[in-house]
Amino acid sequence: MSAVSSPSLPASASADEPTAVSGSPRRPLTPRTFGLSVLAYGIAILFLLPYLEMVITALRPNRQLLAANLIPDHITFHNFTTIWQTGFGGNLIESLLIAGGATVIVLFVSIPAAYYTARHRFRGRALFLLLVLATQMFQPAAMLVGIQREFTTFNLPPTLSLILVNGGFNLAFAVWILNAYFSSIPAELEEASMIDGSGRLGALTRITLPLAAPGIVTALIFTFIAAWNEFIVALTLSLGQASNHQPLTVAINNYIGEYSIDWGHLFAGAVIATIPVILLFAIIEGRVVSGLTAGSIK
Amino acid sequence: MATTDPPIRLRRPLAARVATSLRPALWVGPAVALIVVVVLWPVIVLVHSSLQNIAADGYVVGGAGGRNFSTLWHEPALKGVVLRTVIWVVAVVGVTLLLSLALAQLFHQRFPLRRLARTALIAPWAASVMMTALIFRWALDPNVGAVNIILHALGLMHRLGSNQSDWLGRPGWALVWMMVVAIFVSLPFTTYALLSGLQTIPGEVYEAARVDGAGRWHCYRTITLPLLRPAILVATTINVINVFNSFPIIWEMTRGGPGYETSTTTTFMYILKQSFIGEAAAMSVVNFALVIVVVLFFLKVTRWKEQVT
Repeated sequence: MSAVSSPSLPASASADEPTAVSGSPRRPLTPRTFGLSVLAYGIAILFLLPYLEMVITALRPNRQLLAANLIPDHITFHNFTTIWQTGFGGNLIESLLIAGGATVIVLFVSIPAAYYTARHRFRGRALFLLLVLATQMFQPAAMLVGIQREFTTFNLPPTLSLILVNGGFNLAFAVWILNAYFSSIPAELEEASMIDGSGRLGALTRITLPLAAPGIVTALIFTFIAAWNEFIVALTLSLGQASNHQPLTVAINNYIGEYSIDWGHLFAGAVIATIPVILLFAIIEGRVVSGLTAGSIK
Repeated sequence: MATTDPPIRLRRPLAARVATSLRPALWVGPAVALIVVVVLWPVIVLVHSSLQNIAADGYVVGGAGGRNFSTLWHEPALKGVVLRTVIWVVAVVGVTLLLSLALAQLFHQRFPLRRLARTALIAPWAASVMMTALIFRWALDPNVGAVNIILHALGLMHRLGSNQSDWLGRPGWALVWMMVVAIFVSLPFTTYALLSGLQTIPGEVYEAARVDGAGRWHCYRTITLPLLRPAILVATTINVINVFNSFPIIWEMTRGGPGYETSTTTTFMYILKQSFIGEAAAMSVVNFALVIVVVLFFLKVTRWKEQVT
């Protein structure tokens, strides 16, 4: 079985779905179910607590940063209104450019490659898939010196360098998951559409791409978040940039001074950078695992 | 007619053949080019750099032969760093796996609003690891950190702002807390992978065992664990890569210090890179060689041959 068994049944459906319906007539709330629920909700809350602390700290009045209490006396949006004076707007735009650019590159490059490998047998196909599978496990950290020296030679603007690096390192995931989706869509559907008068490209855009939409959305969001969150390459390649043109992760790191840390702005920035991606990720959570594990578990 | 036929037949297949051989390059070529330039070429540059004498500003002074490697080998901190890296990877990946097995079992049960509870687990996976690390650094602040306030309230901490509450100031405890963060951010993916694995086990298998009078724990050990093997192997391999390469947690919580006392080979490489690029490249080559070993294992456990053919 491939990662995606049929286009009408995307991988997320296998995650759980109908079994989770609450108050289902077949299953009354037994003491055991009640205990399980309480434990599970407790753990779920535990996983969210650090991010709640992040929000609370961002809303703390600056004087209260030195107060030893879990909840401040009152809250203020001061950090969120003044963070823009630290150049945070520029950082936000920079990260949007990098993550957006990397996503666009990944989609334009991975869709043709994944589609062609799914539909055709050609010489080098196995080698290509092996290359994708192996490089999916490569991470920039272990080859940072190589990346830094290569891109110093290229002498590109840092934004472009970071778009390319993030695109390159996230391409494998996109190719793999899209390949599974395209493989699951019967070629006959395209052929039928071609008989009706639309060319191969027409069949691709009107039939195949819409059917593969869940896979494309997953690849899109995953790439965007990975590039948005990336730290070590951003830290290395944006060195020497004006601080308001560095990506978000680097900017947030910059609130750590040599002698003091601007926790208020740091966490206000962290909230702005984190909450949207957690919500975005919730859209694709069910489909990510099969892509990451190269389809070896569904 | 007989004279015009052959050339046409010859010309067509030739043109078609050229077009056919070029078509894969057209569709797959850009992907190969991007991977080669961004992912593979740096490896070559890396190995090349490790054999050169490079000044701190990046200027190449000349060849270095194996000197970068011998300098690295004689680095007094190296032994501790390598040992710490092994402990870091083994402990984080091991504890993550054990906790995830339990979590997957729990979240596999049916209960109301299960989907919502499961979704809450993804937060540490979706958020940038550096942000999570910074939250913990703040929560461990000796004077006002939430962890210390809670411990103090429970009577487990004598005084805030004391040596006892300065967790990140003591290398041993700093390492423990950084492992906690590494485990915390590794749990969601691992749990989800194991949940996917659990989904592939048909319920009838358990019913048959129960008819035979097998207990719950016995069922788990003899049925669930063996059938989860593929999921466990793949998730563990991916975790080893992630944890080994993990930079943000250590960088944001201790910067690898004091000295190199909380550094792994990844952060050690980064610190070296700031002044000794050739030696950092040598460290990177070693790191990369280890990554290759894990990648080969990954290809094996994902049964790549079946997947690509």
